[in-house]
Amino acid sequence: MAAQPEVQELSGAEMVIRALIDQGVEVIFGYPGGAVLPIYDALFKQNRLRHILVRHEQGAVHAAEGYARSSGKVGVVLVTSGPGATNAVTGLTDALMDSVPVVCLTGQVPTHLIGNDAFQEADTTGITRPCTKHNYLVKDVNDLARVLHEAFMVARTGRPGPVVVDLPKDVLFTNGHYMPPESVPARKSYRPQIKPEAERIAAAAQLIMAAKKPLFYGGGGLINSGPRACTLFTELARLTGFPVTLTLMGLGAYPASDKQYLGLVGMHGTFESNNAMHDCDVMINIGARFDDRVTGKVAAFAPHSRKIHVDIDPSSINKNVRVDLAIVGDCAEVLAALLAELKAHKYKADSARIAPWWKQIETWRKRDSLRYAKSDAIIKPQYAIERLYALTRGRDVFITTEVGQHQMWAAQLFKFEQPYHWMTSGGLGTMGYGLPAAMGVQLAHPDALVIDIAGEASILMNIQEMSTICQYRLPVKVFILNNQYMGMVRQWQELLHGGRYSESYTAALPDFVKLADAFGAVGMRVEKPADVDRVIKEMIAVDRPVLVDVAVDPTENCFPMIPSGAAHNEMLLGPEDKQASGPISEEGMVLV
Amino acid sequence: MTAPETVEKHTMAVLVDNEPGVLARVIGLFAGRGYNIESLTVAEIDPQNKLSRITIVTSGTPMIIEQIKAQLNRIVPVHGVHDLGEEGPFVERELALVKVTGGAETRAETLRVADIFHARVVDTTPESYVFEMTGSTEKLNAFINLMTPLGVVDISRTGVVAISRGSAKF
Repeated sequence: MAAQPEVQELSGAEMVIRALIDQGVEVIFGYPGGAVLPIYDALFKQNRLRHILVRHEQGAVHAAEGYARSSGKVGVVLVTSGPGATNAVTGLTDALMDSVPVVCLTGQVPTHLIGNDAFQEADTTGITRPCTKHNYLVKDVNDLARVLHEAFMVARTGRPGPVVVDLPKDVLFTNGHYMPPESVPARKSYRPQIKPEAERIAAAAQLIMAAKKPLFYGGGGLINSGPRACTLFTELARLTGFPVTLTLMGLGAYPASDKQYLGLVGMHGTFESNNAMHDCDVMINIGARFDDRVTGKVAAFAPHSRKIHVDIDPSSINKNVRVDLAIVGDCAEVLAALLAELKAHKYKADSARIAPWWKQIETWRKRDSLRYAKSDAIIKPQYAIERLYALTRGRDVFITTEVGQHQMWAAQLFKFEQPYHWMTSGGLGTMGYGLPAAMGVQLAHPDALVIDIAGEASILMNIQEMSTICQYRLPVKVFILNNQYMGMVRQWQELLHGGRYSESYTAALPDFVKLADAFGAVGMRVEKPADVDRVIKEMIAVDRPVLVDVAVDPTENCFPMIPSGAAHNEMLLGPEDKQASGPISEEGMVLV
Repeated sequence: MTAPETVEKHTMAVLVDNEPGVLARVIGLFAGRGYNIESLTVAEIDPQNKLSRITIVTSGTPMIIEQIKAQLNRIVPVHGVHDLGEEGPFVERELALVKVTGGAETRAETLRVADIFHARVVDTTPESYVFEMTGSTEKLNAFINLMTPLGVVDISRTGVVAISRGSAKF
């Protein structure tokens, strides 16, 4: 009723622009086509929304993901019908798996042609139903504003995720009533639980106070919840003095330089993290989902522990691992309640109680599981990342990655002190994620140093986005660890398939220096360890997009590693461990 | 985590917004995650608020059943999921239309069986009957088993609808 004076007549296309502006959107990533021409026309007539013209719709979604994950805002995508929408599917699935808030507007053929196999028609809502948090087909222009605002609300709240709004062309041309976000009624069927139940918080506090071998296991939910959740998480860890481990998606939720931090957990996690996870007596999972990359063999996962699981999504609870205490709620709310509860008990860290546990952890830490054989003759990929980390200290640096060995080395060796600075494709494992994601990050943080740590195979999957990066003069740095192999595939073939390197070698790689030049970027190549520092410094000094081709040892494997089907205390620590462990079980062979 | 958990049958009532695609979301969830559907029925029950009720009979281990409920609740147009067996006693009914053909030698017996089961004749010709039969799934199965040797040519069943006993909602 109060909104009555605000009702305005706008065309569907104008309404889209207006709704985006009212949602606080500044940048959208898109690619035009027949079905979305009315929106592009409306875009042309305004100057508040910035449109970034990508070179492939998959790149648009990953760019929106990078933008969202590095800023905490919703990433927005605009693509046309048919192939525009189908090309976006990989990005949408990626965003769903990693809980990234994205709104993707897709064009659609006019309503009277839907179902007729019209030109560039695809059943977009049908195709994207399983790879979005929710999707809509808007058939009436008077529903459009409500749907758009609801799409943002659904994408951003609860467990975030991608939302598709499919827009038939005739709806974009028709005039209708616009309503601002505040006039949109709440959706009765959608009520994510934000606040935890008090008795569960009390029970969690009891478990924490009684723990002798505790472990915090933090995940991407902390990052999604926001900087406040990460601060509270750090406060809770400091208050208790408990060790902390983080998942791939959780890196940056706790300062990596802190002495309570044990490093990455899971398949390529540190020896101390995984052994602590195996042996702990109380596991406090905050915003992680017991992914199979973390648990390894579920039957042997942390067998002696009582498990507390905090998650905003009830479906994450008891999905892979049965827990003793489930707390549904937003990480920040849960952590605030837990801290208040502990303070009400006048809780103080009992360092004597957990001293033997820390002593044990220190013995694991002494194994120095991230060590590798150094070389003066050939660049070890780990060395390249260590130097990249060392030479970017003191700068506002954001890292994205592609998928594979380089991604795991980056996760192991690059240390993140705060959230929003690490963007990687964890759940879906999408090669080709890093370059467009870096583009999105750079747009959200124009003055920051944004580096895509890449492999030479992954980078070729969305290399066309170099063209976008150059068009908008985004000074993104691409740091390619070039081992000429799909390294992780090669590693598994070595460990599991008798060294039969079936199709994992790329025989005809491009000259990346010339490729960079062709796009209008700066290309560099480094082949000797002694030159690594110089080239990294040059890369940082250039205020333009740079593509660095780092020739690394093609045979290097990523360790430590929990072989598939094995438990956390059965890690391979290095190449010398191969024989000792024996062949991987048949059960393990079928796992990915 | 050692012994395999037992598979249980559950009947769930799912209240959803009656909007395009909502049934596809529910069915797609079951197909995509490999859950069983033994029976599924859907119809609008509240035209004013545009609400439909889906009754699903499914089976799985307790962990899977818990997942099914959580996953259903995650669907945006789903208002609530009620596991009827867990929430108290409930009644289940199914309706079947059964077409039986046969000559003079079986017609009397066919009618006698129908009478025992309180099946109603809803269509008849000199060589056929269509029976309408309502009851539990088991009762319908028993009726069809007895009718089959007498000349069943076609069966149409609705699947299970269910509601809780007593004054409780759902």
